[in-house]
Amino acid sequence: MLELRDVHSYYGHIHALKGISLSVEKGEIVTLIGANGAGKTTTLRTISGLLHPRHGSIWLDGERLDGLPPDIIVRKGVGQSPEGRQIFPRLTVMENLEMGAYTRNDKEGIRRDLEHVFGLFPRLAERRNQPGGTLSGGEQQMLAIGRALMCRPRVLLLDEPSMGLAPLLVETIFNIIRELNREGTTILLVEQNAAKALAVAHRGYVIETGHIVLSDNAANLRQNDLVRKAYLGET
Amino acid sequence: MVATRTKRVIRLEPTDVFIYIIGALIVFVVVVGSIATLSQGKYSINAWVDLFVFGVTLGSIYSLIALGYTMVYGILRMINFAHSEVFMSGPFTAYFLAEAFSRSGFLNQSPVIALILIFALSMGTSVLVAVLIERIAYRPLRNAPRLVPLITAIGASFFVQYMFRGLYGTNIKVYPEIEALKGQITLGAFRVSYIQILVIVAAAAMMLGLHLFVQKTRTGKAMRAVAEDRSTAALMGINVDNIIVTTFILGGALAGAAGVLYALVFTQVHFFMGFIPGIKAFTAAVLGGIGNIPGAMLGGLFLGVIESLGPMLFLDGLGITAPYQLKDAIAFSLLVLVLIFRPTGILGERIREKKA
Ligand SMILES: Nc1ncnc2c1ncn2[C@@H]1O[C@H](COP(=O)(O)OP(=O)(O)OP(=O)(O)O)[C@@H](O)[C@H]1O
Ligand SMILES: [Mg+2]
Repeated sequence: MLELRDVHSYYGHIHALKGISLSVEKGEIVTLIGANGAGKTTTLRTISGLLHPRHGSIWLDGERLDGLPPDIIVRKGVGQSPEGRQIFPRLTVMENLEMGAYTRNDKEGIRRDLEHVFGLFPRLAERRNQPGGTLSGGEQQMLAIGRALMCRPRVLLLDEPSMGLAPLLVETIFNIIRELNREGTTILLVEQNAAKALAVAHRGYVIETGHIVLSDNAANLRQNDLVRKAYLGET
Repeated sequence: MVATRTKRVIRLEPTDVFIYIIGALIVFVVVVGSIATLSQGKYSINAWVDLFVFGVTLGSIYSLIALGYTMVYGILRMINFAHSEVFMSGPFTAYFLAEAFSRSGFLNQSPVIALILIFALSMGTSVLVAVLIERIAYRPLRNAPRLVPLITAIGASFFVQYMFRGLYGTNIKVYPEIEALKGQITLGAFRVSYIQILVIVAAAAMMLGLHLFVQKTRTGKAMRAVAEDRSTAALMGINVDNIIVTTFILGGALAGAAGVLYALVFTQVHFFMGFIPGIKAFTAAVLGGIGNIPGAMLGGLFLGVIESLGPMLFLDGLGITAPYQLKDAIAFSLLVLVLIFRPTGILGERIREKKA
């Protein structure tokens, strides 16, 4: 459904993605794991059109995405919860969620999705009139995910949703990811917490310095020596 | 933030002491001057009320212009120095319509319709100029270092100024007066001219409208989202360029309206008329905390009142002759003081710096 073919992205002269190819099929959770600076965020930014690839192509259900501006890519069905949550701190929780639904006009559908998000994250419902900046880190992460859901994405991109969260909250977030997937959401999950990511994902890719070095189903990746040494901290 | 502040105090201590001495001196002059003036009792209550009302009138106009600076700063982190020219272009263009209406007698036959048309033309022209400046001078530099668009803004300002000078000439044009606006109403010590009422009411209505727009509408919320974080706003499906244009349209419309109000109060227009009100409004925006919309409204009113009352109140009692000529000095001293002592402005919330 989502496919990257030999994608190269640059920051000025820095060659950050050196030919990334990956795909995510409908209904899957696919994880992209890698160390700091490997190019995970760059991959997601490129898919969302914040960065335009210099070579290669990006496809969503047979439609080409690369080169389109980010707002059009959202309209085509790609939602992203960016790294570091990036909620709008002075907008209220409600307004943050409304911004998530910016591309939509169906009032009734928006209302239903809002209920759905509040169902997933009851804490957000309690805090709906509070500025986003006053939420705790975990609540901000919930808001970022909820906000990304509000555009009814065909593919949801999650950039390190567990970053900086207490273990209990990490558990909650991964449970939510599983639940969203069960409801039919297709997810591309970027994580440094490889153990958790591989536990929820169907398949995974390992990225190192802008290259995909491994790709397999999650179970095999968990058994892979490189993955075990470098990303699962096993010896 | 706390850490950087302590560091600064330690490093710049002699300078800080010097600055605080200056600050204390100014406070001293203001307090002693005010006491001296008031104890001499040279001016009646009525005179003070007149000055105050005039200050509010002028301040409302500053507020309207200041909103343009502050909204553009909020969204682009850039001072749109050409905004003073956006302000000038509207009423200068609308002058010709006003003049034509005046000659044909339409202006005084149906002043309401005539005024609406004059406002419409002025606002339309200012919006057009603002949007063209954004499209031609700023958008290509969207990702350039911050100094570049600043310099471009100064260039654009001169360009527009001299273009209008070329179009309409260098001489001062006298705005026709409207009979219906000539009177005044008296309420005890209050004496308010119709023009002042028009200015204050129109400005208040527009500011209320802007406030509701920014707080309640989808586009207004998107404006705030873009101001907080442009790339995340794009991830929401917001077309950032469109929101930026909307911001310039709003700022331009308010400036164009402010221009007509200014022309009604001072009854003249010329190609250089934007300069002083522009800097004053910029001062007002900084005073309120640049990027902060209610701040710009308050800053404008505050500056207008200080500028109107200040010369008499602070300086007259100290025996300074013709203090009113020093009103600009007061306004700009205020700018310097705010920049030194409270760079974040009166409503000084720190604007979150954008992360790369
Ligand atoms: N704005 C930028 N300008 C220049 N180089 C950048 C920029 N952002 C990222 N890079 C570089 O691109 C490479 C990939 O960065 P990226 O943010 O995609 O890594 P990441 O895998 O998401 O890392 P992390 O796990 O730390 O989030 C890194 O070498 C980084 O230094
Ligand atoms: Mg990253």
